[in-house]
Amino acid sequence: MAELNIAERQAGDVTVLDMNGKITIGEGSVALRTAIRRLLEEGKKRILLNLAGVGYIDSSGIGELVSSYTAINKENGQLKLLNLTQKLQDLLTITKLLTVFDVYESEPEALNSFK
Amino acid sequence: MTVETTELSLPSRIETVAEAASAVAEFVTRSGVSDDAAFGIDMAVREAVTNAVVHGNRQNEDKLVAIVLKNLPDAVEISVHDQGPGFNPNEVPDPTAEENILKTSGRGIFFMRSFMDEVDWFLPPEGGTTVRMLKRR
Repeated sequence: MAELNIAERQAGDVTVLDMNGKITIGEGSVALRTAIRRLLEEGKKRILLNLAGVGYIDSSGIGELVSSYTAINKENGQLKLLNLTQKLQDLLTITKLLTVFDVYESEPEALNSFK
Repeated sequence: MTVETTELSLPSRIETVAEAASAVAEFVTRSGVSDDAAFGIDMAVREAVTNAVVHGNRQNEDKLVAIVLKNLPDAVEISVHDQGPGFNPNEVPDPTAEENILKTSGRGIFFMRSFMDEVDWFLPPEGGTTVRMLKRR
């Protein structure tokens, strides 16, 4: 089984990536990078990462989230985060990244925020 | 009193990170630390082994990462040794400084220090770098 499974769905003009697994150095981080690059190439620049199923992330995974955020911003897009686990929220808090990312606990609220 | 010690020697490839984490998780379960402490140890070990594999040994599989786990009476001690050119942790900038927050790397040592009670680096005479981390019960 892959370290990180990413399922893509469309909600209006927002692309939601439902992520399950680990975002860690190697396979998990590469899977996230590849998915974001592909979406940008397809012109999909409004992206919501549903992280409910991500039970583990390391510094490489955090770095990949930051890289995704800056790559999407550069293309005048928006990246938002949905359903952080408590552990991930704690990591984003201590790294001061919680103030950088737009984070939501409700999908409808997250989708509305893109409008 | 006998100190339970486990030693591992692993090749310098990315897969080693998960392998080491899994071995440490087994050791930590036997050591009877809390779930929160076990999570912190897991995070710190993954970061320490990543540093050893990527920055120390530069993924040269001829070089090994040596890990020593000790179940001390009041703490769990984990040492990770690489065969790289030597590392100075003071040269790593603070990733929470405003100018570094959006950097895509440089948080591993910060996590190690955040989740463990003590983290020290040594440059042993035989070369390489050893990081010793302690988590008290």
